[in-house]
This record gives sequence, C-alpha cells and structure tokens, in this order.
Amino acid sequence: MSDGPLLEVANLVKRYGGLTATDHASFAVHAGTVHAVIGPNGAGKTTLIHQLSGTIPPDEGTIRLDGHDITRMSMHARVHSGIARSYQITSIFAKLSVTDNIALAIQARDGVGFGFFTPARSERRRYDEAAAVAARVGLGGRLLTTAAGLAHGEQRQLEVAIALATGARLLLLDEPMAGLGPDETERMVSLIAALKGERTILLVEHDMDAVFRLAETISVLVAGRIIASGPPAAIRADAQVRRAYLGDEAEH
Amino acid sequence: MDSKTTSPSATDDAPANPAGPLDHPLRWQVGVPLLAALVMFPFAANALDGAFYVSLASRILILAIAATSLNLILGFGGMVSFGHAAFLGVGAYTVAILMQAGLTSAVLSFPLAVLLSAAAAAAIGAISLRTRGVSFIMITLAFAQMLYFLAVSLKTYGGDDGLSLAGRSTLPGGLSLAGDTPFYFACLAVSAMVFVAVHRLVNSRFGHALQAIRENETRMEAIGFPVFRLKLTAFVIAGALAGLAGALTANHASFVSPSMMQWSQSGMLMIMVILGGVGYLWGGVVGALVFLVLEEILSHYTIHWQFFLGAALLAVVLAAPNGLMSLLHRRPR
Amino acid sequence: MTPILLLEQTLNGLQFGLMLFLLAAGLTLVFGIMDLINLAHGSLYMIGAYLVATATAASGSFLLGLAAGIAGCVLFALALEATVLRRLYQRDHLSQVLGTFAILLMCNEAVRFIWGAQPVALSAPASLSGPVELMPGFSYPAYRLAIIAVGLAVALALFVLIARTRLGMQLRAGASNRDMAMMMGADVRRMFTLLFGLGAALCALAGGMLGPLLAVQVGMGESVLILAFVVIVIGGIGSIHGALVGALIVGIVDTAGRTLIPILFEQVMGADLASAAGPAVASILIYVLMAVVLFFRPRGLFPATG
Repeated sequence: MSDGPLLEVANLVKRYGGLTATDHASFAVHAGTVHAVIGPNGAGKTTLIHQLSGTIPPDEGTIRLDGHDITRMSMHARVHSGIARSYQITSIFAKLSVTDNIALAIQARDGVGFGFFTPARSERRRYDEAAAVAARVGLGGRLLTTAAGLAHGEQRQLEVAIALATGARLLLLDEPMAGLGPDETERMVSLIAALKGERTILLVEHDMDAVFRLAETISVLVAGRIIASGPPAAIRADAQVRRAYLGDEAEH
Repeated sequence: MDSKTTSPSATDDAPANPAGPLDHPLRWQVGVPLLAALVMFPFAANALDGAFYVSLASRILILAIAATSLNLILGFGGMVSFGHAAFLGVGAYTVAILMQAGLTSAVLSFPLAVLLSAAAAAAIGAISLRTRGVSFIMITLAFAQMLYFLAVSLKTYGGDDGLSLAGRSTLPGGLSLAGDTPFYFACLAVSAMVFVAVHRLVNSRFGHALQAIRENETRMEAIGFPVFRLKLTAFVIAGALAGLAGALTANHASFVSPSMMQWSQSGMLMIMVILGGVGYLWGGVVGALVFLVLEEILSHYTIHWQFFLGAALLAVVLAAPNGLMSLLHRRPR
Repeated sequence: MTPILLLEQTLNGLQFGLMLFLLAAGLTLVFGIMDLINLAHGSLYMIGAYLVATATAASGSFLLGLAAGIAGCVLFALALEATVLRRLYQRDHLSQVLGTFAILLMCNEAVRFIWGAQPVALSAPASLSGPVELMPGFSYPAYRLAIIAVGLAVALALFVLIARTRLGMQLRAGASNRDMAMMMGADVRRMFTLLFGLGAALCALAGGMLGPLLAVQVGMGESVLILAFVVIVIGGIGSIHGALVGALIVGIVDTAGRTLIPILFEQVMGADLASAAGPAVASILIYVLMAVVLFFRPRGLFPATG
C-alpha cells in the first residue's frame, strides 16, 4: 500500500443541463479511516457517490484509488479494484435468503461466475463465509430468512453486509442509518466502528450524532462543492460550515 | 447427486445451506421413469399402429429443446426475446444449404448450425442487450424480422417458397436417421442431453448469477458482476441451443422456409414457455408438450380447434398465475 | 422516378400512416395507461372490418355500415373487457401476452366459423370510386383522399379530446404517472372501460375504411398489429402525439419504400441484384428504423413519462 491517500478525488465536475451537481469537488480519504461526507439536502451527495462508484461518469476531474486512475472504469471493474457501495434505498435480493444475498457478493469477488457445470450450492466454503459475514453485521440468527421478511433495520444491516462481502478495501456507505430507530442506529454505529482500520469507509450521512462519533475526517458538501475538510472539531468550529449547513441542521 | 435438494447438514457445527429460489433440482424420481417411458414409446406406438405419433413425439422433443433454450434467457435471465425463432431458422437453413451443396453429414452440419446460430446470437445480443424492457423486446423482434426478410430474398435457396432437403442428415458408421423411429431416438438423445446440460447450467455459479441478475440487475453490477457479459453469454448459449433445435427441425420436416423465423413463431415459443412456467426447469418441456398435444387432440375433433386451444390457454392464464409448473411448485419465482 | 410517383407514394404513405395511427392510438393508450399488452388489438380491427362489411352489405350504405360496424365492435370490446380483460390488468406482462394471445386465437376462429375462411367483399361507396385530379396529369383515387380526410379529422378530434377535455387530462395524467392519477381520484375503472371502448372504435374505423383496399380476411389483424407495436415503440408508449408521428413515419417509409427502393436499386446496381435486394431492404427498412430509434432513444421519440 502506498503512503498517499487511498482515495483521491480531484476537481470532479458533473453537469445536468444548466445545473452543476458536482462543482470541482476535491478531497482525499486515508486508508483505515472513516471519512464522512455531510451536507444539506440537494448538495449532491448521491451524485457524488454515483460518480465514485461508477454509476455515472463525471464530466471533468479524476478519481484515483491507491494511485490508479479509475475515473473511466466500469462499475463492476471498480469493485474488483477495491471500491464498493451500499445504497440509501435498500437494494437487496428480496426473494433470496440472507445467506444467499451475501454469498452472491462473495461469488463476485472470487471471480466471474463462469463455472458452468458444478452446482453452486455444493461450494460450501462460500456459504460458510457468507454466514460469517452475516454474523459480523448481527444477522447470524437470520441466515435462512428471506430478505423481504427482514425488518427494516435488519435489511439495512444486510445492505452493508453485501458491500462488505465484496472484500472491497473502500466502502461507500450511502446513508446506512436511513430510517433506523435509536437501537438500530446504535447497532449500525458499532458495526461501522468495528470496521475501522480493517476497511476504509466513506460515509454519507445525515445523522450528525453518528457522524461526529465515527468520523476521523469530515468533508462538507454544499451545492456540489467541498467547502471544508478536516477533523470533526475543526468542522464544528468552521464559520462557513455553520452558516451553510449546521445552521440549516437546526431546522431539521 | 448434487442436484437433489440439499438437506441441512448432518454435522452440528456446519450452518445449514438449503436450496433456495436459485436452485432447480432435477427430481430424478420423475426424470428417470419419464426417460424410460420415452424410450419405450416408439415400440408401443408402432405396435399399436401409431407410427404417426412417433413423428409427433419427435416434433414435441425438438420444440421442447427450443422452448427450454428460450426459457433460459426469458425465464431464468429475465430477457424477453421476441426473436428467438430466428436462431432456429439459422440452424435449419445451415443444414439445408449444406445439404443442397451435397454436404449431408450431420457431424459437419449440426456443429456448424450451432456455431452459426451462436454467432448470430452474439451479434444480435451485443446490440440488443444494450437496451432494456420494451425496447429490448422490440429490437430482438426487429432483428428476427430482418433475418426473415433476408431468407425471403435468397432466391437461390427457395426464397419465400422455402427449400426442400433431399433426405435426412447422414451419420457415420452406417447409422441412419431416415426412419421415424431412428430419428426419434436421435431427438430423444439430443433433448435429454440438452435438458441435463441446462439443468447443470442453471444450478451452477453462472446460473445463479443469471437468475440474480433477473432479480436485481443494478445490485449485481454494484457487487462486481460483469452483467452485460453474463447476459450476452446466456443469450449466445440459448441461441446455440435453438440452432440445434433448428437443425433437427430441418431434418424432421425435410423442409425449411423463411416462415420458420417469423415473429409469430417466436411468439409461439414464448407462449409455450409462459404456458409451461417461466423460470421453472421443466417449463419449456411442459409448455411444448401441453401446447402440441392439445393442438393435436383438438384438431382431431373439430376444424375450429384453435378456438378451443385459445380457451384452454385462457383457462391456464386465469387459473395458474405462473404457468402450469407453478401449480406443482408454489415456490415464489 | 418522377415527382408524380413520389407524390403518389407520399399520399399513399400518408393514407396508410393515418390508418395505422388509429390503431396505434388505442394501443398506446391501453399500454401506457392501463399497462396492458393487448395482442388481441388486431382482432378488434379484424372484427370491426367484418362487421362493417356485413352491415354495408345488409344496408346497402357504406356510411350506415361503417357506423353499425363500429358500434358492434365497441359493444363486443366492452363485453370482452368486462368479462376477461379486466382479470388481466393486475397480472404481469407475460401473463397478459398469453391471455390476449388466447383471445386472438379464439377471435380468429370465431370469425372463421361465422363468416367462413374466404375473404369477405367490401367495396368503397360508389360516390368515391373514381379518381380526383389533384394537379394536371396527376389523378388520385377519391376514396384514398377520403381516408386521409377522415384520418386527419379523427387525429384532430383526438387531440382536442386529450388537450381540452377533463377526460383527456385524466388520460394524460394516467399516461405519465398512473399511480398518482389514481390517487388523485380518477375513476380508474370507468376510465379503463372508456379507453378500451375508444380503442375498439378506432380499430373498427380503420378496419372498415381499409377494408375496400386490403382484403377482409381472417388473420388480417396480425400483420398490422406488429406494425402498430413498431409505431408506438418509435413514438413513445402512452403518447398520442408520438403515435401520430410514429405512424406517419412508418406509413410513409413502408409504403413509399416498397415502391421506390427497388427502383432506386435498379438505377444504382444491376436489375438482378435489385430484384433480389430491393424487396428485402424495403421490408427491413421499418425495423432498421425502429432499431436505430430505440438504440438512441430507448423510450421512443416522445415518451409520455418524465
């Protein structure tokens, strides 16, 4: 691993007709840390995640992962390079069991599914590993439950588990606490905290309490621009940030 | 065999790994007796002076292959292709054209038929699979229509009138496909092999990935599966199998014509798959069987058998939400 | 290739295109608003044509026959909707394909049973059977002009309906966001029934008017059905505007192409090659056009949603 940051975003621009959704955004994420991106609604957080994950291509700027330029890389290739996302609106395999959901991510990681004649179900190691990942996120007792049958909070856990199981070094978590009650939020915070050091996490979140507890670095996105980046204390004190966002926070 | 439903492990520490919606057991308890019955069938039919039924049975087996190949992409892959008959046509015409040129050996023409239909599927799929939903349905239709009109314009090979084959394809070692019964056994052998191959395929990692793409394509891309490549591979395999069915069709009817590739033929295949059960392993087979048997029985009783066929299909749609196989397995698909 | 030939072909294309529009309009609204894939749409066209033919023969008047035929077809369609089709609304598209295909088979056979397998005669009214001189040296059949006139009138009426009436507003809302429209109180059941009836009326009108030009026979619906689907896909599902544009494009390209392309080919390449390639290219042209449109605009030229 190189000395530099794991993820370097430089002057990213995305325009939709007259609207500039991402306006020369730049920031860096260091390996093993939790780096949060916060900002008011409409700041362009999801658009940013879409560009980092490869869902949409940026118009200008570069994204470097561990020194390699991945700006034009396809989404699935990016996962193999080490960057995977979770979704704000839960996107799981509703009809499949928890184990099977996670096993798919592991199957993707292990190489393209071109085994044509061996029954997938017979490859026990993958399902054992899936069970282990499930246990890690707190779904150990729900292995056989169909994903659609899980409670909302459990589905959010599964959402993260799937991204985790890809083995990606950098996880883009898009509002993992969306719609969670206090107990469930606590569980999610513990989960993310436990991943610190082992994985690198780019966390997009509205829950300020969780953000300030978890993040080593916070970047503030307003109208497509990163207006400030730094440790939580510095961000809290930053006048521009207070005006643009934390003041806005009071209206929530 | 691995294909049986895996029951929870006997050892206490191993986590249970039961079959789910992605798995499709073959059920040998049904398959083996069925195969035995199919092997016996021509002897029984011939004894009862029903040689015609052997020919009908061959036709059913061939269409079962075609329907199963469509089910692979439509049912398991979620790709509603409205141009599948085109690949049957490519396979059929390959055999017919080679035969007209004097090359009758099945060892040459059948693999070539499969290869050419696979190539056609690769070309058509590479473009069509860039689209989705209704666009995909209509683009596949468009390509099939293009191939249809192309065949019509090939005057050297009969054009609209079609092309007759001088005889059946020849096999090495003195084996002959010329009679109804030997040809039936050839069809049975091929369809059994295709069915087992498809069974292995859908239960493999590839098959699981394909079905998962049907369930949630976006997430599959997001966890690292090369979705386009996987869909195209499935599309090519399905096209190749359809080409094989086409090669057999050319032999069965000793005749090929552009109408084999018309959109109504593609529609017929789709109807068979939907009737049998989209995404069920036996869906294509059951659909082809029921459709053709119904057609046969009804046409014996009345000229207006199509009316009753329609009525029967309507009844199935209203009564069986996911095709006939869904009546047997209430598994959510 | 003379200017007169071009003009004639364009008019033919316009005429065919407008009739295609009648079919496509009903189909696109049913698909766009009711989310119903209706393969039996062509059957309504066929039944309409048969009823018009019979009524005309019985009454001796084309106009009367047309009116009676349309009315009969609408009644049939409403009965069909109330009994069978209503059960398919909630089902997935593939089930709808199977169900409406079954109805298609039943309609074909029922027609064959009632009217026999031979085509039924339907003639244009005597008053319109002669040619009209549009320009010195160019005469065009009066009947075809009448079709164009009727087609334009109906197109205008539909646009007024969609743009100016309350029902039209509900239809537009329904096409762009069905769930929202339902929540806002559109009486869905009534709207669906009305819509289906309207589609049937348009089909019957097209069938009756095209009857004298094309043969009134079993299976006549299938060939136009596929063209109608091509039209609505090019135009954008749920959009009447798109259906008109799509139908005119398809009508003109298909009709003119069939005549002009072989001529063009003959001038460019030898007669032999032209006679083989010409018809093939002319037939394929529509599909190539559709594939190109879909590739760049997967939702058609004027998608109703968003």
